Amino acid sequence: MNKQLLLGAEAIAQAALDAGISGVYAYPGTPSTEITEYIQKSSQAKEPFVRAAWATNEKTAYEAALGMSYAGKRSLVCMKHVGLNVAADAFMNSSITGIHGGLVIVVADDPSMHSSQNEQDSRVYGKFAMIPVLEPANQQETYEMTRYAFDLSEQIALPVLLRIPTRLSHSRAVVTRTEVRPQNDLVPSKEKGKWILLPANARKNYQQLLEKQQQLASLSESSPYNRIMEGTGKKAVIAFGIGYNYTMEVIGSYKLQIPLLKISQYPLPEKRIKAFCDQYDDILIVEEGYPVYEELLKGYFVNRKFRGRLDGALPRTGELSPAPLAIALGLSTSETKPIPAIVASRPPMLCQGCGHRDLFDALNMAMESYPFKQVFGDIGCYTLGALPPYNTISTCVDMGASITMAKGAADAGIRPAVCVIGDSTFTHSGMTGLLDAVNDRSPITVIISDNDTTAMTGGQDSAGTDKFFDICKGLGVEEKHIRLMIPLKKNLDENKAILKEELDYDGVSVIISQRECVQTLKKKSKVKKADC
Amino acid sequence: MQKNIIIAGVGGQGILTIASIIDLAAMNLGLHVKQAEVHGMSQRGGAVESHLRISTEEIYSDLIPLGKADLILSIEPMESLRYLPFLSPEGVIVTSTELYENIRNYPDKTELLNEIRESASCLLIEAEKLAAETGNAKTYNVAMLGAAAPHIGIEATELEKAIATYFAGKGEKIIETNLNAFRLGLDNAQK
Repeated sequence: MNKQLLLGAEAIAQAALDAGISGVYAYPGTPSTEITEYIQKSSQAKEPFVRAAWATNEKTAYEAALGMSYAGKRSLVCMKHVGLNVAADAFMNSSITGIHGGLVIVVADDPSMHSSQNEQDSRVYGKFAMIPVLEPANQQETYEMTRYAFDLSEQIALPVLLRIPTRLSHSRAVVTRTEVRPQNDLVPSKEKGKWILLPANARKNYQQLLEKQQQLASLSESSPYNRIMEGTGKKAVIAFGIGYNYTMEVIGSYKLQIPLLKISQYPLPEKRIKAFCDQYDDILIVEEGYPVYEELLKGYFVNRKFRGRLDGALPRTGELSPAPLAIALGLSTSETKPIPAIVASRPPMLCQGCGHRDLFDALNMAMESYPFKQVFGDIGCYTLGALPPYNTISTCVDMGASITMAKGAADAGIRPAVCVIGDSTFTHSGMTGLLDAVNDRSPITVIISDNDTTAMTGGQDSAGTDKFFDICKGLGVEEKHIRLMIPLKKNLDENKAILKEELDYDGVSVIISQRECVQTLKKKSKVKKADC
Repeated sequence: MQKNIIIAGVGGQGILTIASIIDLAAMNLGLHVKQAEVHGMSQRGGAVESHLRISTEEIYSDLIPLGKADLILSIEPMESLRYLPFLSPEGVIVTSTELYENIRNYPDKTELLNEIRESASCLLIEAEKLAAETGNAKTYNVAMLGAAAPHIGIEATELEKAIATYFAGKGEKIIETNLNAFRLGLDNAQK
């Protein structure tokens, strides 16, 4: 029972349950979604109860987790890297308030952008907030470090950021569990000033945060997760997080004796790093993500003994793998077969029978007669409407940007200014933008492509299901310009007419294009069958 | 012993069933396992692969290094070639021959199969036919696992045990049908 084959994401979830969390707060986002899903399905989360329903966005998730911490309980908050941009206000200020019950924030980065708009490195955020960052290398360490993160958070009274990349989150290995710790008692924080960030208090708290930095550094100095593997020669490697795995892979397959310093806990253990670096002439810095610490170690006047992503020894972008590491260490790699020319690329596409398809068919036809054919898009499956055969979507930037970009474009004179946003994305970050448009009377047509779910990440509950008409009405959209349509082939003419009417309307209109996601429909019918 | 296996297919085809069965068998034998999967956008009809590594020694990289895969097990023929840079000079391709044509510029089938034959030592399996023989088209993946079984580094009997565990929740009949598919695949490999 103690040994399980777990994804890195699942190892975090299991560790958090075993560490006695009382709640997990999250908005779905690849590669972080499986953490919360695991807790939602775990029988261990039923008694004692661990709350685990999806939040509307990462900011609401973060704040709720902080509230649970205030009450004295342990809480976990999870998101993908770009989700931390949404939660950044709460995150940055929570390092000033500090925490009460242990609070761990897991951020799953996506180097190589397998399912993301950028490959931002969340370690920068950790440094920015001046809190400890933990970066495990493998699944077992992920389990152990998640548990450690909660203890550390309570020890130093700060949130702790645990960072994992896609490759660790979505890779399985055998994990050994340790004893379950009970949940914390309900003992709300009594430290008043700490939580009220009026300038006078905030200055005090900030000073305390600065004073804690030395303690954080000394914890890194003695951390068992930062360690040296002895070797010989004048060349060495400093490997961060999962970079350790690739380094060990190359060391193993080439039978190298190269000294290696593994770093998995930040802030940097300065003394250890200095003692290590003083011994060698040529040091390869292996970081998954940005060359954050390579830049720091090189310094402003560039110490040439450090090599890495910054000077091109390793590729500047994309996730690491053993081959470029071997090349950076001056090793020859064997020739590999190329991909034959006959292989065509196979990009992702909308599912057969998907409602977004019928929406794009109708929208393309409705847009035909206009000179401007921009359709502002958003984040979700429907972003695939940017690809052939539809070529409908013109933009994809960040959650909710479709509505506000359409508004700005409308303000500049673009007619029609139309945007497509999914149901879950709308409640995540679209509602406030719609209110802006209503207040400013910006002539935009907002199409909420509502499939009853957060589809791209695998069909999680969507916060606004069955509430869209009321939400839009409540935000001030005129009732007669909130239209409903069912995106089906048989409704094509009718839908085209609805779209056309609203595209021609010189004000804010919303069209709710409503049909359930074919994937969740399939899942439901499977469950139904099993129940019979 | 170390085996590096790339399992390839198209999002939605269910390559993770194959990976999960091998994982189970390896774990039962006390072997080290690492299995990297693809979640997210590519699952929508795009190319997907899983890097599966099993070993008697500790495994570090979740990704198989280029040129180090012993086996490419593909449940779609064109996808078997996409990961060729990972295949070792002695590596083997085991692929089904049924096309999954969800793109316009899908290559000609005869040319494609010839290219596979020229690329590496390979075994081409009409998996749909095998699955049909079991009376359950869904056993397609398990039939392919059977066909690749001699190259996995785990005894077929251990894989069969893992199949029984994997489908345990679905009843005896489903277990039997899948074992049948596995054996049909294995017989084809041994012909």
